Amino acid sequence: MKRFVIAAATLALGTFAVTAQGADPIAARKESMKTVGQQTGAGARMARGQAEFNLAQARAIFASYEQAAATYATLFPDNSQTGGDTAALPAIWSNRAAFTAAVAKWGADARTEGAKVTDLATFQAAFTEVTKNCGSCHEVYRARRN
Amino acid sequence: MLKRLLVVVLVLAALGGGVFWWLTAPSRLDAVSLAGAAPSAERGRQVLAAAGCASCHVTEGQTDRNRLGGGHALKSPFGTFYASNISPHPERGIGRWSEADFANAVLRGVSPSGEHYYPAFPFTSYQRMTVADVRDLFAYIKTLPADDTANRPHDLPFPFTVRRGLGLWKLAFLDGQPFRADPAKSAEWNRGAYLVEGPGHCAECHSPRQFTGAIPSDRRFSGGPNPDGRGWVPNITPHRDGLASWSKDEIATFLADGFTPSGDSTGGAMASVVRNTAQLSDADRAAMATYLKDLPAREGRPPQRR
Repeated sequence: MKRFVIAAATLALGTFAVTAQGADPIAARKESMKTVGQQTGAGARMARGQAEFNLAQARAIFASYEQAAATYATLFPDNSQTGGDTAALPAIWSNRAAFTAAVAKWGADARTEGAKVTDLATFQAAFTEVTKNCGSCHEVYRARRN
Repeated sequence: MLKRLLVVVLVLAALGGGVFWWLTAPSRLDAVSLAGAAPSAERGRQVLAAAGCASCHVTEGQTDRNRLGGGHALKSPFGTFYASNISPHPERGIGRWSEADFANAVLRGVSPSGEHYYPAFPFTSYQRMTVADVRDLFAYIKTLPADDTANRPHDLPFPFTVRRGLGLWKLAFLDGQPFRADPAKSAEWNRGAYLVEGPGHCAECHSPRQFTGAIPSDRRFSGGPNPDGRGWVPNITPHRDGLASWSKDEIATFLADGFTPSGDSTGGAMASVVRNTAQLSDADRAAMATYLKDLPAREGRPPQRR
């Protein structure tokens, strides 16, 4: 009985998570980018020498990018072009293939570059390389905003 | 009687036309103000970065920032402007221009043939640039590759198609004043003021505009709707709507790598601007930050979105 309840609860939670994501992809993608931003902020501080370099944390940053990139492009269904205070630009939907490819490149760069990190110098190089993806995507696919 | 009336009307019309013609005449710089030491192309490279020429005088998606063939579309409430070819191509660019032609374009918004440019070309800010910087810039542009992209005509409705009318706009909104250093402030502050107000032309996007297209001075730098589409161009005054929470170092760092203090990466047109400011010296970016932190704090935030 106990096992059944746990199983049911897990299932219910899982379903809830899936529907929540399906129901509000705008919130889901915002949340995903918020995490990415926090990781990037921490990475930038390390890269600039404002925070002490930590190898495990450095690797975790690239891992978080890879993880976000794996699902990020799926969070833009056709019915999520407006509303929810979105800053997403129509270019995402009019250049869907290019957008998906850009997100995939970000994930792939995070994997390849992240694997090269052994110390501060290699981290700085890798971080600079991978975060070029941020600006190039935001320039084309995200509206200006505060 | 009727004939006399007709004569009066014609005379008045001619007078009116004459006054319009006189009022709207493009004003050019005199040769004396262009004199000075030999220009330096190397310094001009820094001026080009500070002035952000390669953000507009290129084609959409272009990665080679040395080919200034123009083509970028600048949307506005008045219509769409297309940046011109300013590469040294003899026919399609500015290869045959004299230094005086170039200086008049940048500092006065007047073409070599004596026509007014539209203020989509930000001579309202560039007029503050020093003649030395403009000459260095011209010398540097001359070293860049010639590009044969043909200029695309602007897409404007009447009456904005009448360039001569811009003379009136200039009378009202272009003061023709060079940058004046404030002796009460530090050299760093003044350098920053020069870069932000002159070549950097930050206010052109980071300010609201009146229906005339002019920027109200009491709301300068307080942000505004993005003329180019969705979104808001942020307030960059030290108000809580703007950069109050950013330190001077955070602003300078942002101009170098495009990351906000919270780890967000800048987007839209600012991504391209950061590619320009990233080429400036640390001292110049710090100077810009110093000036921005010292602007009067002004309210200005995006309208509540749904």
